[in-house]
Amino acid sequence: MKVESKEPLFRISKRGAMARGKAWGIRLIAVALSLVVCAFIIFAIVKMNPLKVYGAMFEGAFSTSKRTWVTIRDTMMLLCIAVGLAPAFKMKFWNIGAEGQILMGGIAAAACMIYIGNKLPLVPMLLVMAICSLIAGGIWGLIPGLFKAKWNTNETLFTLMMNYIAIQITSFFVAKWENPFGSNTVGIINARNQAGWFPSLFGQAYALNVIIVMLLAVGMYLYLNYSKQGYEIAVVGESENTARYAAIDVKKVIVRTMGISGALCGIAGFIAVAGASHTISTSTAGGRGFTAIIVCWLAKFNSFVMVLIAALLVFFEKGAIEIASRYNLNDYVSNMITGIILFFILGSEFFINYKVKIRGSKEETK
Amino acid sequence: MKKLVAVILTLVLALSLVACAAPAAEEAPAVEEAPAEEAVVEEAPAEEAVKIGVILVHDENSGYDMAHIEGIEAAKAALGLTDDQVIYKYNVPEDEKCYDNAVDLVEQGCSLVISNSYGHQSFMLQAAMEYPEVKFISSTGDMAGMQNLDNYGNIFPYTFQSRYVSGIVAGMKLKELMDAGTVSDPYVGYVGAYPYAEVVSGYTGFFLGMKSIVPDVHMDVMYTNSWYDPTAEAEAANALIGRGCVIIGQHADSTGAPSAVQAQLDGGKVCYSVGYNIDMLSVAPTAALTSAQNNWGALYTPVIEKFLADGTIPVDYAAGAADGAVMISALGESCAAGTQEAVDAAWAGLKDGSVNVFDTANFTVGGEVVTSAFALDTDGDWVNDTAEAIVDGIFQESVHRSAPYFGLRIDGITELS
Repeated sequence: MKVESKEPLFRISKRGAMARGKAWGIRLIAVALSLVVCAFIIFAIVKMNPLKVYGAMFEGAFSTSKRTWVTIRDTMMLLCIAVGLAPAFKMKFWNIGAEGQILMGGIAAAACMIYIGNKLPLVPMLLVMAICSLIAGGIWGLIPGLFKAKWNTNETLFTLMMNYIAIQITSFFVAKWENPFGSNTVGIINARNQAGWFPSLFGQAYALNVIIVMLLAVGMYLYLNYSKQGYEIAVVGESENTARYAAIDVKKVIVRTMGISGALCGIAGFIAVAGASHTISTSTAGGRGFTAIIVCWLAKFNSFVMVLIAALLVFFEKGAIEIASRYNLNDYVSNMITGIILFFILGSEFFINYKVKIRGSKEETK
Repeated sequence: MKKLVAVILTLVLALSLVACAAPAAEEAPAVEEAPAEEAVVEEAPAEEAVKIGVILVHDENSGYDMAHIEGIEAAKAALGLTDDQVIYKYNVPEDEKCYDNAVDLVEQGCSLVISNSYGHQSFMLQAAMEYPEVKFISSTGDMAGMQNLDNYGNIFPYTFQSRYVSGIVAGMKLKELMDAGTVSDPYVGYVGAYPYAEVVSGYTGFFLGMKSIVPDVHMDVMYTNSWYDPTAEAEAANALIGRGCVIIGQHADSTGAPSAVQAQLDGGKVCYSVGYNIDMLSVAPTAALTSAQNNWGALYTPVIEKFLADGTIPVDYAAGAADGAVMISALGESCAAGTQEAVDAAWAGLKDGSVNVFDTANFTVGGEVVTSAFALDTDGDWVNDTAEAIVDGIFQESVHRSAPYFGLRIDGITELS
């Protein structure tokens, strides 16, 4: 009788660093697989050729120039938030408060539009709005940063709770600025004179959004990779003790970084209000503060990879909405599809970080 | 292997670059793109079938939206439109997404875009100003009359009439309870959403319906400050029952109040519910008397028919009992004897004009008969300042514009919160 050692069916072991190309190959395979799974679900529900449905997804994001620009606009919005989150997450500070920081920035921008909309020419007006949003978002980021530095509070819970406060503050202002009376919405601010709206550049309403966000993205790349402060963030993120040993003032870095993170999310709120919606509501952030975390993590805080991932997520979102509308499914189907795709993309990280060996497979020789 | 991956990656990058670059290239010469685009939209109806876009604030799970979907489907059937000619957008919130969706519908070739919620209107208006060749109808909105745009309109049914008839159903029940000695005080509660004219007009209609049966009825109104909040509506209903109300009317979109009333009735309290939008018998089988309902098909059909015929839309369009635009749901088993006859008589009177809901002979404000009241607000201070509404002793509701503007607080009704 042969006695075999009891080997589990699957064995999981941590991988070393994987070649970048191979890692991206795995991610691509994950996306492809998710599309296959979605294809089965689509077929089960609408009994249509999934390829046609995917064609419709593409049309949903790019079929007309307006749609393309809406896709670009939303990509830039998501990217801007991800850029804002990058320094905090690189420091391993779990800033899940982007929603609140966006809303505070948005309220500041909307307040400027409502109260001083007609008093300033456009350029200084936009500058004032940007600074107010930056300060408002920055304060919303600084508060949990200060508490973390002073009393080591749990930043995950703290930033999450700050979101709810920001949502309540937004509701308060929506009720205050309600227009028309009875709608419980602020409506379009300065619809007649467009004061405080982003101007069209090169004939494109959303060109300025792209310029601002791309500048921020490049700036963040340089800041994180080539500045002393960026290095400090990396060290604090890897190990606080090492940072202390290297005479880095950890508390200062935490507070400063959260201020920057919040301020950039505040800028995202400014762009959302002045450059896209021209209104403010509790859905101004719309969950993008959370989606951006995925963008930020998947890209490993690299601004340029973030562009790709943000574009991919927005593309899937637009596509999912289009097929839901075209085939008379409701929103939940599009959420389902987006969810499946995200599940696969996130799941692929597992296979990048871990090796799975099946029982009986040949032992690899190194 | 590495090479293959590298090739794939390069391809993906190249593709994504093309995807990003292509629209940019398309965009570059299109500085004056807007008029060109509109020209295309303008020609579209002549060449291919007309397309109509419909923006809904929720989906078929909400009674309010279901009523609109049924209305559009009725218009489709009546006018011979195919499924491809109507594009629905569900769950569109009352924010910039409404504008995005309206523009997207235009881009998909729709030459008429309809939205169904009050808060959609300013976003619809923005789209209307941007696309003068496309028609936009913001149902239940109230801004069209002031805009001087020929492509932006509002429609609204005479909901106050169905409220009045549902009030007659409530009044019959109240009378039965008082005649039997079960109830001595004709005290009624009303769960309202917001203290706006639409709600005030509705509860006043409901109250006057009851008053035509039980002259000494009095009513308290409690606001939830939300159009849809099952918990708050249930709490308000319970609070009103606690104060001694025996009938609970509502102007809010959930089943919260009828469910709460049914629970109280099962617990031994004497209380009944009059709902809105949908038949409440499924959640309150013995407590629900009826619900006031709108038949949106009676508004959508003529409006779309006119649009198909000559490409125009009315700035304001309202219709009532005479056109079948308002109705009440099936009477519940708890309704008093003779209710059906009273209801039929009321509908007949509303149709032939012998019954007017807001007849100034039937109500007073501060003890006085009202002889003059304004319908419209021109300076935006929420106080009506123009357009005399009272003609021949009758407050002309939904005549100066389709959305309700009856904002008088009449004697016998108390607003609590």
